Amino acid sequence: MNTFIEILANPAFWIATLRIATPLILGTLGVLLCERAGVLNLGIEGIMVAGAFTGWLAVYLGLPLWGGVAVAALTGAAFGLLHATLTVGLALSQHVTGLGITLLATSLSYYGYRVSFPKVNTPPTIAPFAEMSGLGVPILDAQTPLTLLALLLVPVIAYALNRTPLGLAVRMVGENPQAAEGQGVSVAATRTGAIVAGSALMGIAGSFLTLSAFNAFFFNMINGRGWVCVALVVFASWRPGKALLGALLFGFCDALQLRLQQSGAGQVVPYQIWLMLPYALSIVALVLVARKAAYPQALMKPYRKGER
Amino acid sequence: MTERVLRLDRITKRFGPLLANDAISLDLHAGEVLALLGENGAGKSTLVSILFGHYSADAGSIEAFGQPLPPGNPRAALAAGIGMVHQHFTLADNLSVLDNVVMGTESLWQPFTRRAAARARLLDVARRFGLPVRPEARVGELTVGERQRVEILKALYRGARILILDEPTAVLTPQESESLFATLGQMVASGLSIIFISHKLAEVLRVSHRVAVLRAGKLVAEARAADSTREQLAGWMVGHAVQERTRRPAGRIGAPLCTLANVGTGGDGRDRLDDVSLTLHAGEIVAIAGVSGNGQVALADVLCGTRSIASGSLQLRDEALRANPVWLVRRGVARIPEDRSGVGVVGDLTVWENAVSERLRSAAFSRGAWVRRAAARRHAEHVLQTFDVRGGGPLAPARALSGGNMQKLILGRALLAVEGDAPTTLIVAHQPTWGLDVGAVAFVHERLVAARDAGAAVLVISDDLDEVLALGDRVAVMHAGRLTEAIEATRWTRAAIGLAMTGVPESDALRREAA
Amino acid sequence: MRLEKRSARSSAALVLAPTGAVAFTLIVSALLVLWAGAPVLRTYGLLFQGGFGSVFALSETLTRATPLVLTGLAATVAFKARLFNIGAEGQLYAGAIAAVAVGGLHGGSGFDAPPWLLFPLMLAAAALAGALLLLGPALLKLRLGVDEVVTTLLLNFIVLLGVGALLDGPMKDPGALGWPQSVALQGDLELGKLIAQTRVHTGLVWAIGLAALLWALMKYTVLGFDIRALGANARAAAFAGVPVTRTMVAVALLSGALAGLAGAIEVAGRTGYVTLDMSPGYGYGGIVIAMLAGLHPLGVLAAGVFVAGVQVGADSMSRALAVPTYIADVIVAASLLAVLVATLLTQYRVRMR
Repeated sequence: MNTFIEILANPAFWIATLRIATPLILGTLGVLLCERAGVLNLGIEGIMVAGAFTGWLAVYLGLPLWGGVAVAALTGAAFGLLHATLTVGLALSQHVTGLGITLLATSLSYYGYRVSFPKVNTPPTIAPFAEMSGLGVPILDAQTPLTLLALLLVPVIAYALNRTPLGLAVRMVGENPQAAEGQGVSVAATRTGAIVAGSALMGIAGSFLTLSAFNAFFFNMINGRGWVCVALVVFASWRPGKALLGALLFGFCDALQLRLQQSGAGQVVPYQIWLMLPYALSIVALVLVARKAAYPQALMKPYRKGER
Repeated sequence: MTERVLRLDRITKRFGPLLANDAISLDLHAGEVLALLGENGAGKSTLVSILFGHYSADAGSIEAFGQPLPPGNPRAALAAGIGMVHQHFTLADNLSVLDNVVMGTESLWQPFTRRAAARARLLDVARRFGLPVRPEARVGELTVGERQRVEILKALYRGARILILDEPTAVLTPQESESLFATLGQMVASGLSIIFISHKLAEVLRVSHRVAVLRAGKLVAEARAADSTREQLAGWMVGHAVQERTRRPAGRIGAPLCTLANVGTGGDGRDRLDDVSLTLHAGEIVAIAGVSGNGQVALADVLCGTRSIASGSLQLRDEALRANPVWLVRRGVARIPEDRSGVGVVGDLTVWENAVSERLRSAAFSRGAWVRRAAARRHAEHVLQTFDVRGGGPLAPARALSGGNMQKLILGRALLAVEGDAPTTLIVAHQPTWGLDVGAVAFVHERLVAARDAGAAVLVISDDLDEVLALGDRVAVMHAGRLTEAIEATRWTRAAIGLAMTGVPESDALRREAA
Repeated sequence: MRLEKRSARSSAALVLAPTGAVAFTLIVSALLVLWAGAPVLRTYGLLFQGGFGSVFALSETLTRATPLVLTGLAATVAFKARLFNIGAEGQLYAGAIAAVAVGGLHGGSGFDAPPWLLFPLMLAAAALAGALLLLGPALLKLRLGVDEVVTTLLLNFIVLLGVGALLDGPMKDPGALGWPQSVALQGDLELGKLIAQTRVHTGLVWAIGLAALLWALMKYTVLGFDIRALGANARAAAFAGVPVTRTMVAVALLSGALAGLAGAIEVAGRTGYVTLDMSPGYGYGGIVIAMLAGLHPLGVLAAGVFVAGVQVGADSMSRALAVPTYIADVIVAASLLAVLVATLLTQYRVRMR
């Protein structure tokens, strides 16, 4: 128990929590945008890899850090456009398209990396984002600007979804596309826009890992974070605020297990059990939420205009 | 002469072989309530969907307020001042009333919703037309009447000057309907023009200035409401067509084979049974008339084994009827569902697999886990041949069959018994000839009559009155989940049935006709 | 963009579609090869040679194809019933660990029983482990409507971590000098080699046999009919008397079992023990293969050999040319998307607004 309190009392722990949560916040917001519009985007795992790679490569080739972030966002948006064309334009299966895009984006990234750096064994590094020590806010000033961006995006996206006409249109096409079409809103255009925007966020989420958390691109870097975001969206009942909470919770568990490994308790319980906790908790949360899920009602139902 | 606000000129629309609208021309004048009357399938909903832009007409044009209306574009219709209250509400349950109404009214590039102003405007419109709503309420939690008010407000909020109401009282209680009529009065007083679709004669006469009657896609009559009687309207609606199909009288009526006693299904909404009693005897056809949506689906589901009853008793011969398709088929119940391509066959499987699908578990076609393919194929071929199912052969996917052939397949599957299963005892046929051509209709009717003559009990549920009167030895009428008594067909008249369809008790309906 | 259903099967489309898909894939990968600065035709030549050009190449391809076919079959039976099992990766590892638990040497709970008893027991344990792992998410979907995509995905991570814990602890191979690998399988439980001096093992025969069995099941049994009907149209299936819950449970058990067997057969045929990296994504690969095969069990054999051949060929080619081996996955991903679009275009025409 003491160990527990020791860990929680140490600010370094909370710093790590927030740092680990950052890509999850961004990724979950991205999936959230797609799903609120009624589309399941399983391409996130691959898009995060692509964002990590292209963002890092851009910086390596001389762009400033924020330029790298922009490139990552554009990469995500491009894959998002592909996803939208296939699932909205051609009404193909959202599951299969998403998995196909994950495979495509991942393999293209790994391929591109190897083509660019054929002979290196240790990944070349860049100078990542620096901590924002000027801020003066505890815990936050040990983070990099991308974390601040992620935190700011939560209320921004919440506002956009709930208080702007565009956000309302996005929500409506995810609930009842016939109603949207009948009130003059193009379902195809709105869904495409939401998918592209959400995928751009996923790209930025990936770039956090190479431009902030680490300073190089490794294989298997994303390691399932994208899938966790898909679960976190359901856990968050498709709300940005709850998405933040979920991401923080996951970061909490992840940071905790790392420290517990080194403590006394770590000798008794295998560290893998701690690592399992966040995933297990996600499943439990899903089950609890399922009973009263405020599902976007048109989620995963393809919409064909004018079909009887 | 009041100004003409809307002109539909020879609107024509086809869905495949079905001619839904046949060169219909109509005018609407300012401040007028025009009722569109007709049975299910007459073409009313299609016509207004074209007006609102959900579909494009194949031929014909529309003029609103003197300007031509671009087809197939709801946004253009909205801009022209046309609003529509759909029969099946287009509302997002998870969003608030205000959200549903306001969506699409502001430019998508505006960075904020003028929420306060919108709420004020909504409440103002609501007050003016007597449609109280709570803007922040979640639509999913509202009653049906409240939801309809939101659907109406969607149009009024946008300043609609022509309002289309598609069967608005179909889902309302009598009190809510009264409320709606008051609202209609207020709308007309404010200068709106209304198209009111209904099949309910009393309402139509009460609420409208003029009535236009559609039947089988054509406009068959136009009259002023003040000059018309219910009997006249009923007559136009169901048609005084010479009955080409004459009924072949039944032979001896045998023992009761299926009995419903005070059967009720749970749930709310129109698709339920409310204290239904009926006895089906061997050697007779009982036909159920009525407008779709009054519980017919529930009745069919209960007898086909896909829904359980909540109260009352349901017997097949001397056993309680189980909600289990395999059990029913084994005991000789032949089921013909309403939705032949969505429920009757599995479109992606082959024709022959569908021909044996409901008997697959019997000893004739399976040995333990294995399908006795040869035997099954043979029986399937037998079905296809006997019932003249054409189109691609036994190996083609079932979805490739035309409507008529699909129906013949379903009939053959249901009527041709196999060893081990009881011979056909009871036939449950729901809309058996919907969408079929004349030849296929005759085929189906022949088979049903032949089965009756062979000693089965036949139940036919249909919203086609010609069919009901041509087939039924006894006829009952379904309305709001309840069934009239099943009376000999000869004692009914068309008009009396038409009245009973609208809820008038059969004794009154018959008495009025006799008078 | 608008889709319009074609009224009749255009025979032009039936030919153009797969041709278009192949052409698209070849063009995309050609672009990548050019980016790497290598000659395109020579690359393709070496790739084909490396995967299919010699007995050795073929043997490598078939070795790689074995687990892919099995996970492909797992995905096929599940997706056919519209149960989206993304958890084959975890089910594979669960099966592998279960196999070693039953059949491992000292350290693991290897039982002391004759091989003719132990071998089927080992396989049964693997199948059971995989089956039970998928049963949970399937029941959650049936009873509570919980989306199985997410639950099966998350379980992959949990299982992998659990296997990791076992490998660090009770099932660790003491002779492996600290390297996290499991105890090894008893020698006589290992699968024999099909061709001497190669890695291809009798697991391939099992894979082919199971593909044939699954095909027979789908075509000749009542359960197969039920599965196909349920996946095609659940309402119509229920109307015809298909027992929905029972069928779905059967599908989950079958799919999980096949993935579990993939793990056991990999252990028994290729590695001999369990490590955390024994599967380079076979579970996910199976899904791609199932889609490429159009959810046809025998097609899975062809698709599995295709994907394995491309991967093995790319490995070999990349040793000779400066084209990274990852081009294999790009080819597979591109073909998957191209096949999807091509299949759609045989049924629908695209109209630009």
